[in-house]
Amino acid sequence: MLKSPHLLGIKDLDAESIDLIIKTAKEFKEVLNRPIKKVPSLRDVTIANVFFENSTRTRLSFELAEKRLSADTINFSASGSSVKKGETLLDTVNNILAMKVDMIVMRHASPGAPHYLAKHIKANIINAGDGTHEHPTQALLDTYSLREKLGDLAGKKIAIIGDILHSRVALSNIYALKKQGAEVRLCGPSTLIPKHIQSLGVEVSHDVKSTLAWCDAANVLRIQLERQQIKYFPSLREYAQFFGITRQMLDELPKEIVLMHPGPINRGVELSSDAADSPHSIILDQVENGVAVRMAVLYLLAARG
Amino acid sequence: MTRKLILSSPLLEITISRLCQELIENQITGIETVILGLQPRGIYFAERIQAELQKHSETAPLLGKLDATFYRDDFRRRDPLAPNSTEIPFLVENKRVILVDDVLATGRMVRAAMDALNAFGRPAKVELCVLIDRIYNRDLPIHPDYVGKSVNTLSTEKVLVEWTEQGHETDKIWLITQ
Repeated sequence: MLKSPHLLGIKDLDAESIDLIIKTAKEFKEVLNRPIKKVPSLRDVTIANVFFENSTRTRLSFELAEKRLSADTINFSASGSSVKKGETLLDTVNNILAMKVDMIVMRHASPGAPHYLAKHIKANIINAGDGTHEHPTQALLDTYSLREKLGDLAGKKIAIIGDILHSRVALSNIYALKKQGAEVRLCGPSTLIPKHIQSLGVEVSHDVKSTLAWCDAANVLRIQLERQQIKYFPSLREYAQFFGITRQMLDELPKEIVLMHPGPINRGVELSSDAADSPHSIILDQVENGVAVRMAVLYLLAARG
Repeated sequence: MTRKLILSSPLLEITISRLCQELIENQITGIETVILGLQPRGIYFAERIQAELQKHSETAPLLGKLDATFYRDDFRRRDPLAPNSTEIPFLVENKRVILVDDVLATGRMVRAAMDALNAFGRPAKVELCVLIDRIYNRDLPIHPDYVGKSVNTLSTEKVLVEWTEQGHETDKIWLITQ
């Protein structure tokens, strides 16, 4: 049983809860491989997917997870809604809850938005990404995919490469990996690595080649141009030259490493096409596992009522 | 708390052997029989049945494990149980499926298991084999086809099955009164 009725971030989750989610997700992955990929567990639960920010993968994945659990779902996206007319977040969500909704899956551009909601409303809240803060289900599905490949993560070396500064995936992954005893190294241009990030117990490097040679798995992040108000590096071409990963770099490594990316990929920037489509890559496994992991999260939170 | 022994090793072997005779007797020509042990505790009994059937024919029926946790009707009404693995390495379509569990009481777990089974296909026939049938404890109209032993119990009593596979010295089945 999870300790909190919400999943706001990995920071508040202990290693035991992470294990419980991963173990439950394993059984849901088996369900997803049945001829009928649906179980009736959440048939009396209504879930609202409230997306104030764009999303493809996460929203589809949550929606599919909810449907596979037989929950009723409603979808809300900020564009074309009353948010544009000036309605506050709390009013919007309370109006949705007035329609007897049990759980809220929310993505919001402001860090802490789901934490604020959790204090003011009575429903299970799942953070599907809050600004540059956390994206807990992504970190959980990354953990699941890594464990499938590497087994227990204690002592394993995991590199997170790219735009760390703007990445909620990076922060959630750092928390998740550290809690499982993995070693974490961040790699990227110094402008895209937050100051004092070492206080989370991670190493920092600016050299991709040595980082790749060090790690068992590399989680490559997207350059988030939409969040960059100023120039953090001279050009995308220069970034690709110094920090882009190619198939050749992977083939030259002394050992086989696992390559991950949370998507969407900027092909030719952080990953070349031949690297993204190489046998090292588990990018599509991550997407597949995402549905099972989100089913586990929804199931365990719904059980708390 | 008092414990009363209902069934133990030598008699248990006779019971399993008798159940297997019945299972063979009811075979349907042209239809393959498969065994599904219900998680978590029915799997040990299912393994015993399969091993016993093996003695009587060259090809014993295939054995799978079915977990019905996600199909339970008490979700959100009590603390959830941890799911166990489901392993069905064969098709159930058009086969005779024997659901095997150690204890039948309310019948709610069997109801959930039949729902879970439907997700894997349409069996030709589904039968239920239980080691202990707690008659008068039923909440649903479910009746076993093969019964090891029927016992008269109160709903406050518990039936505890101990298998050597779980680390116990010998197989024993107890009736526990609080």
